[in-house]
Amino acid sequence: MAQAIPPAEQSDERVKDISSFRKALIRPELGGIVGTMAVFTFFLLFAFDSGMFNSQGVMNWSIVSAQFMIIAVGACLLMIAGEFDLSVGSMIGFAGMIIAIFTVTLGWPAWMSIFMTFIICIAIGGLNGWIVIRTGLPSFIVTLAFLFILRGFTIFLPQVIERKTIIGGIKDASEGDWLAGMFGGKIFGGLFTWLGDIGAIATFERGSRIGEPVVDGIPMLIIWAIGLVIFGHILLTKTKFGNWIFAAGGDAEAARNSGVPVSRVKIMMFMFSAFCATVFAVCQVMEFGSAGADRGLLKEFEAIIAVVIGGALLTGGYGSVLGAALGALIFGVVQQGLFFAGVESSLFRVFLGVILLFAVILNTYIRRIITGER
Amino acid sequence: MTSLVKNLVLAATVVAAPLMGASVASADGEKYILVSHAPDSDSWWNTIKNGIALAGEQMGVEVEYRNPPTGDLADMARIIEQASASGPNGIITTLADADILSGPIQSAIDSGVDVIIMNTGDPEKARELGALMYVGQPEYDAGYAAGLRAKGDGIGSFLCVNHYIVQPSSQERCQGFADGLGIDLGDQMIDAGQDPAEIKNRVLAYLSANPETDAVLTLGPTSADPTLLALEENGMAGDIYFGTFDLGGEIVKGIKSGVIQWGIDQQPFLQAYLPVVVMTNYHRYGVLPGNNINSGPGFVTADGLGKIEEFAGEYR
Repeated sequence: MAQAIPPAEQSDERVKDISSFRKALIRPELGGIVGTMAVFTFFLLFAFDSGMFNSQGVMNWSIVSAQFMIIAVGACLLMIAGEFDLSVGSMIGFAGMIIAIFTVTLGWPAWMSIFMTFIICIAIGGLNGWIVIRTGLPSFIVTLAFLFILRGFTIFLPQVIERKTIIGGIKDASEGDWLAGMFGGKIFGGLFTWLGDIGAIATFERGSRIGEPVVDGIPMLIIWAIGLVIFGHILLTKTKFGNWIFAAGGDAEAARNSGVPVSRVKIMMFMFSAFCATVFAVCQVMEFGSAGADRGLLKEFEAIIAVVIGGALLTGGYGSVLGAALGALIFGVVQQGLFFAGVESSLFRVFLGVILLFAVILNTYIRRIITGER
Repeated sequence: MTSLVKNLVLAATVVAAPLMGASVASADGEKYILVSHAPDSDSWWNTIKNGIALAGEQMGVEVEYRNPPTGDLADMARIIEQASASGPNGIITTLADADILSGPIQSAIDSGVDVIIMNTGDPEKARELGALMYVGQPEYDAGYAAGLRAKGDGIGSFLCVNHYIVQPSSQERCQGFADGLGIDLGDQMIDAGQDPAEIKNRVLAYLSANPETDAVLTLGPTSADPTLLALEENGMAGDIYFGTFDLGGEIVKGIKSGVIQWGIDQQPFLQAYLPVVVMTNYHRYGVLPGNNINSGPGFVTADGLGKIEEFAGEYR
């Protein structure tokens, strides 16, 4: 890790002299930084006048990137701790569905259903971790089982209870709820109204919202994403717990021997991954007002892809939350940007695969420089 | 040091290289974007892609087809927002779930983009949103009409092979069919999944557990093709009453050989082709048909399969 190298002034014959330029350059996020610059340069050149960089366009790829960021933070910390969570996508569908059942079918107030959903989902995350620790099975298998179990319930429950697979009406049921607003609401509306008034951003030309700005605030989804990235980064790099996460993922046995509570760290990271998935689900449900059995399909892989683009090691013990956030940004910008650039949409996966491959190659190269391995 | 920087620059170039060929020269003409809810795996939408491409060519306008890769409707909402931000003349979209999609569609309309609802949705919702019109086949009514037809043929029970269980309109088809027959849907609808082998085996399992089933209803080529194989395997082909929604290569063969009694053709070609023609003429000359357009249902039976066979899977 970059921060482990003491400053050059304290000369110590055991520490190799490294130029400050090289030190600033060589960090786990480097791949993500280079990639971010590359994709923005590319889309500025080829999709500048396509609407990608007007207020609506920026909001569009920002929201998509923020979605990836929320789940990438959880996946990143868990991956550094040496484990996988493949149940993230199903957890998103499941969390959304139980919120819908609590608020619409059972008629609970929105804040209560959101609290209850967080408790249930974090408990399931904890269960995931507990099974992995107790049985010693690979987390890949255990969470794969939960991928199916949770998705199955997400389809089964609404069909039995409401006889349909999409439950709507959450918006009306959660109208004015203080906690629902913290997930589905928007802030800084006044600023955007002002920007619309002075003509800095476009306004609606017709309909009931005529004269209002086309972008009417920053969605709470983005605030959550930024908040989680900051929290994850501080936790990982500035606290004792962060060192434990690295240790647990690097060499669990050695960490245990030196007194790190490896089991507790791993289980807590599983719970955090479930927490992030639930944040994603609540934001989505509160924004769109409905929960569907197909929500969150394949999101676990999107989270892992973002983390890997961001420079984390699949085998654990190495990675960075900022890198994962940049990975999510690259992923979101490329996904939406290809549409803006007018690329045939069926080629999207080809680009994704190519970017993933090059990100991993670049990151491996950077890591070899940092750790000195051959 | 230099080699490091050089390598980084090289890597960045290589990452960007495949994207270079991606940008297309935009034509001067009008631009229309079709957004569907179908996952990549749904081959039925190929007809839609061909239909909109042909319309774009004939009218001299730029057309694009977009869909959420996994069929996740929340992703579809983002695609509509994206389409709207890219400033087209019009958006043609399905209304797979009004809760999710109304907001983005409403914003598109309010920001000056004309919208036509196609395929999934209904005329009332299209009017409420302020869309120009609805082009498609009302699903429940189509299922109901098929149910009445089957009732006339003496059917009293059926199996609905639902390969897209999370899509409400799929269930409306099964529900309409049951109501047309005058029976309760109950457990007669199965969640078949999208994988051909799984669909085939689930149909086999259901039919061996319920051998008295009178009829099979499939909801499109995705479920019909494996069901045809299943019926061949258990010997029920030609004996059990078999109706299906939508057409495709195998379905047409099945109708010809008498295994499938009828197919309900909603003529997807028209759902993609007509909105482009309607909107182009609206934007060029200000003319607009005064009503919604029903592209279906039409029952396709063994009589008169010529054109359908020729263009099945391409334009039919």
